[in-house]
Amino acid sequence: MDAKTNNGATHSNSAPPNSTPAMEWPAGVLTRIPFWVYQSPELYAQEQHRVYEGPIWNYLCLECEVAKPGDYRTTFLGSMPVVVARDYDNEIYAFENRCAHRGALIALDGGGHARDFTCVYHAWNYDLKGNLKGVAFEDGVAGKGGMGKTFCRADHGPRKLRIAIFCGLVFGSLSDDVPPIEEYLGDEIARRIARVLHKPLVVIGRFTQMLPNNWKLYFENVKDTYHASLLHTFFTTFKINRLSQRGGLVIDESGGHHASFAMIDPTVTGGDYAQAGLRSENEDLTLTDKSLVAFEDEFHDGCSLQILTVFPGLVVQQIQNALAVRQVLPKGQHSTALNWTYIGFADDTPDLRRARLRQGNLAGPAGYVSMEDGAVGGFVQRGIAAAANERAVVEMGGGGTTNEGTRATEASVRGFWKAYRANMGI
Amino acid sequence: MAAAITLDRIIAVQAAYVRCIDSGELESWPDFFTDDCLYKVTTAENHKLGFEAGIIYADTKNMLIDRIVSLRQANIYEKQTYRHILGLPTILANGGNEVECETPFFVARIMHDGQTDVFATGRYLDTCRHAGNDLKFARKIVVCDSSRIDTLMAIPL
Ligand code: FES
Ligand SMILES: [Fe+2]
Repeated sequence: MDAKTNNGATHSNSAPPNSTPAMEWPAGVLTRIPFWVYQSPELYAQEQHRVYEGPIWNYLCLECEVAKPGDYRTTFLGSMPVVVARDYDNEIYAFENRCAHRGALIALDGGGHARDFTCVYHAWNYDLKGNLKGVAFEDGVAGKGGMGKTFCRADHGPRKLRIAIFCGLVFGSLSDDVPPIEEYLGDEIARRIARVLHKPLVVIGRFTQMLPNNWKLYFENVKDTYHASLLHTFFTTFKINRLSQRGGLVIDESGGHHASFAMIDPTVTGGDYAQAGLRSENEDLTLTDKSLVAFEDEFHDGCSLQILTVFPGLVVQQIQNALAVRQVLPKGQHSTALNWTYIGFADDTPDLRRARLRQGNLAGPAGYVSMEDGAVGGFVQRGIAAAANERAVVEMGGGGTTNEGTRATEASVRGFWKAYRANMGI
Repeated sequence: MAAAITLDRIIAVQAAYVRCIDSGELESWPDFFTDDCLYKVTTAENHKLGFEAGIIYADTKNMLIDRIVSLRQANIYEKQTYRHILGLPTILANGGNEVECETPFFVARIMHDGQTDVFATGRYLDTCRHAGNDLKFARKIVVCDSSRIDTLMAIPL
């Protein structure tokens, strides 16, 4: 028996507890997160309109994935299927992957090369900009049938996205109010993307990891600098990411973007974990093949790790020499697709490329320091199954959402909620 | 001159390999490989496009040893086991001392609470080499049919 029937038919005097989430969340509160935000189907539907289709830039694909005129990729803007194509004017365009006739997908595969697109259903035809160019039997057959006299092709077509390209990343937006991409990112985040993606990219692998949790749990996890060295013991043991290591956290003004980073510091042998009796301290663990974590300072700035997020669903990863972009896509309230694109530079030396391939083991679905992230969102989603009206505590480092000199804080998680609440109007 | 690499020897090493993983004897898993092996888990799409990166990528046997040490001592994941079901190998090239072969696999993942799902299907693209009386994998490219991995990949395929 579902809650509504129960409520209406048999308990007319009082609603059973927790039958419907109260959906309460005092304005401005960022240190308590009600669990219904990860569960509510209504909220999920609103996110499509208010977040993904709102005044934000959605990461779509890499510029190098649509390198030549006629190249296209299919992707998503939240739930909306999207085609990204490079036309013969050498510009990149993106449009909803939805035929203007009956709504079928225009492009069915993940990408490829095309002169134009023809919907398989009734053969309506589109150019690479998403303009409707042809309607099969538009004038009828032998004087019979055909489209009505008032039908004008130019009035019909899939929704078109605005495009912004930054450091080889292609972003799309449905909003006319979204600021230019540099302004959207802010100086510091833009600078930190540019320090990694500073020359022509090549794709060296593409994998999709299906996460058993709401998209926000994953995006928060990436921003959660507090957990990094507690959940992921591989890093701490090899002194790549100790909380005592020099590094820091940058959060943009909106709160939605962040970058956390660590600097090379091989001298640190901090006892902070051992003193706290935490699981992370494991002095016995040594690598047989130590060259795995041999970091080449290819960016010449001593930064060995930088995890950066752009609201609402992009992660730019530099874990030593393992570079990747991750696209976080909602697939229902309780399911998220995490699209990993492993990248290198077009001019990688064989040694550097090999280092990327080997250090690729650090991240990804089987990553030494990221496999746990594939599961923890599910642990939360399962844990809160009956707790829609309970709240998460996000109070580490106080209540602020600003840059701090430490990673022992949840400031960037609060920043996410600040941006989310602003976009959602809740 | 060691005995010829025959189909029945290939079948035997494949059977022993998956039995080792499915029975949880992961410490013995690296011993199926040569010291200079290449072990890579990838997908059919990546393989077709020639993308080099793997979900797991190890170009030394020591990296395989480290992966098991990490799984045992550092990584956190729910208790789970695999059940590999193998199809029949096809010999693609027989160079005498080395054989290239392809073997289809089906892997179910059994979680601690009993949930059982198809975790992966695909094929092993192997180079088997003589090593004393044994056959070892000088190369094992695990090509998963699907581009999706559910939740995480802890135990190797
Ligand atoms: S739905 Fe596309 S042509 Fe009919
Ligand atoms: Fe993590």
